[in-house]
Amino acid sequence: MKALIREAVTAKEDQTAFSAGIKAGIPIAVGYLPIAIAFGLLAQSAGVPNYITALMSLLIFAGASQFVGVNLLALGATTWEIVLTTFILNLRHFLMTASLSRRIKADTSKQWMALLAFGVTDETFTMASLRKEQQLDPGFIFGLNLLAFSAWNVGTWVGVFLGAGLPEMVQSSMGIALYAMFIGLLVPSVRESKTVLFISLLAVAVNSLLHWLPVFEGLSAGWAIIITTVAASAAGALFCKDGEV
Amino acid sequence: MDNLLLLVIGMGAVTYVPRMLPMVLLQNIQLPSFWKRFLSYIPYSAIVALIFPGILSSTSSTGSAVTGGIIAVILAYLKVNLILVVFGGILGALTWQLLF
Repeated sequence: MKALIREAVTAKEDQTAFSAGIKAGIPIAVGYLPIAIAFGLLAQSAGVPNYITALMSLLIFAGASQFVGVNLLALGATTWEIVLTTFILNLRHFLMTASLSRRIKADTSKQWMALLAFGVTDETFTMASLRKEQQLDPGFIFGLNLLAFSAWNVGTWVGVFLGAGLPEMVQSSMGIALYAMFIGLLVPSVRESKTVLFISLLAVAVNSLLHWLPVFEGLSAGWAIIITTVAASAAGALFCKDGEV
Repeated sequence: MDNLLLLVIGMGAVTYVPRMLPMVLLQNIQLPSFWKRFLSYIPYSAIVALIFPGILSSTSSTGSAVTGGIIAVILAYLKVNLILVVFGGILGALTWQLLF
């Protein structure tokens, strides 16, 4: 009986965490739809077969890489070059999942972790790691990733089959959606913690130097993000010894 | 095999592996406090690196991107609901494009 109750309680908790994850994923879904539609459109106009476009969103699930991949395809790059570019572009997720892994409940199985890893994007990572609770439920991450993944795939299909339904101006304005979401997630933390403020200002400075200094002209955005993330986090870890942020 | 299919599988693999390895391997490892802090600061530095300067070219003009960005910062500073921050940013960018 006790075991049954415990099981029921766990199931209930799992379900709550899952729906909380879905709920947290809504802003991401709003941001993903127009971008995925744009991706579908771009792939369509670049002459990529529809099933390949759909498979990209299904198996890769990484916005920047998919855009770059289609662009490179259109430019006639080799498979090798495209795969290598994708790898460099996504290496930053190595840092993100290293950070996120430590926030997920310790008793989560490796299989679960491997499944959750598939859905880690810049957006789902940010949304999950800026949660107040220190220990994240795997069900929460699953709900969050699932909604983001669904929106990305639905959007891709809409882009491929419905074409440019939205007026150009609205489409272009929606390009800012995910940035606005990032701002919405970051700014409250900056308000509350001097450490976060310090790290943020440092990251702006480093990334701007990498972007605008002529010396770094050949550096891709993927590398710039990796270098900035490592430099600012390391500086924070060196100079801010107050522990948790 | 179809060359494009191979491409998708290759891209999928190099995207998945860097996501998966740390998730599976680092989860329960004890780390020195420097590395713990380093990992705990990654969300903030990564999010900033993603925002700036990428946001400047996120819409069809820098002016509209800056307007949308500033409105998002103000709304976020006031701790408005995240969805409203997103729509505020979009509306700000759209308004600029309608006006200029």
